[in-house]
Amino acid sequence: MVRYNQPLGDASLIACPDCDLVQRLPELAPGASARCPRCDKELWRRREDSLNRTLALTTAAALLYVVANFVPMLGLTVAGREAFTTVAGGAQELWQDGHQLVAGLVLFTAVVAPALQIGLMLAIVLGAHRKRPPKWVGQMLRHHPTASTWSMLEVMMIGVLVALIKIADYATVIPGLALFALGALIFLLAAIQASFDPREVWDRVEWAETEARRATSGETMAEAPS
Amino acid sequence: MELGLQGCEVCGLLSRPEAGEDEGRCPRCDEELVFRKPASLQRTWACIIAAAICYVPANVLPVLTTITAAGSDSDTILQGVVLLWSPTGWPLSLIVLIASIMIPSAKILALVYLLVTVQRGSIENNEQRVRLYRMVELIGRWSMVDVFVDTFTAALIQLQPLMAVQPAAGLPFFAAVVVLTMLAAESFDPRLIWDSASSREVRHA
Repeated sequence: MVRYNQPLGDASLIACPDCDLVQRLPELAPGASARCPRCDKELWRRREDSLNRTLALTTAAALLYVVANFVPMLGLTVAGREAFTTVAGGAQELWQDGHQLVAGLVLFTAVVAPALQIGLMLAIVLGAHRKRPPKWVGQMLRHHPTASTWSMLEVMMIGVLVALIKIADYATVIPGLALFALGALIFLLAAIQASFDPREVWDRVEWAETEARRATSGETMAEAPS
Repeated sequence: MELGLQGCEVCGLLSRPEAGEDEGRCPRCDEELVFRKPASLQRTWACIIAAAICYVPANVLPVLTTITAAGSDSDTILQGVVLLWSPTGWPLSLIVLIASIMIPSAKILALVYLLVTVQRGSIENNEQRVRLYRMVELIGRWSMVDVFVDTFTAALIQLQPLMAVQPAAGLPFFAAVVVLTMLAAESFDPRLIWDSASSREVRHA
């Protein structure tokens, strides 16, 4: 049996995640932010037209992600020979050289985590467009921060640029289409982060407890309007 | 915590556990709630110590081996920085130096400082300490730069028999340092910084 906590009934009361100070969030105008008076943590920043903007940006990011991963990213020519690699190709090469652990890490941080980050966000904003976002929207929103933490495209970009300069000493380097797609994708991901307001979704999402109660007490129970 | 309320780390909802209970789930997002991250100090120490151990082979062992017709040559991270240093390439060299050598060691030192001050019940510099923690969380990922540099250098330079570059024994250790320090930062609970001050206030009241 899962035991749920008792909610306070006032969602503007929160505890600061960094110092646990209990406080009341003020009503904010779009673009304004609230900070913890004790530790200066930014508690909430209200975004303007959050869902629509995030949806537009995430759709663009999904398209660029496909380009960035399926066309060559870097190539070189030396003495009449050519070589090309994609993002996943880099991980594959590591794998074949016997570095499976590092290959897995590169694949996860540069391919899998960004895909999750974009895919989850797309599902969240689409689901949140409903009047009462279902529980799965909350579940995805719950795991989205983990995907963002391990998605390291911007770090990879710097790494690729350094590699490019290193290689330029030995061979002619050809930047591929994916490199430009990645460059744009990094800015899109930052823009998504800056336009999405998770509180807006949490305020409307179907509560886990309600769903669990409905599941145990039979499916025909009428839901009270909220 | 003194109020018997639990703030959800995921969705921010404040709720009260059932009487006599220490933990329940968040009614809104289903997250398992706790007052403080479980065994936060032990887990953070474990990750930090493991990271510090891996830090040695990560810097001493070579990360890349270059094989040419003339023979093979191995470079450590620091040698890679030196190789990149040139009148035009020094900014990149500096990026690698900061991201691969300075950030990991600074992270380990910063987390040790936070752990020691929390365990000694320090009540000073709380704001600076929580700011330090946020910085550690923010910059940690950048240490991965060198892993990506080595990955793509090795992936591209496969021009046998002219020249080939292969990742070497130090690379897995270096990747382990990055992952372990990130996990350490994640398992540290910044609310612990404020706890000794709050418990003192309660005692004096």
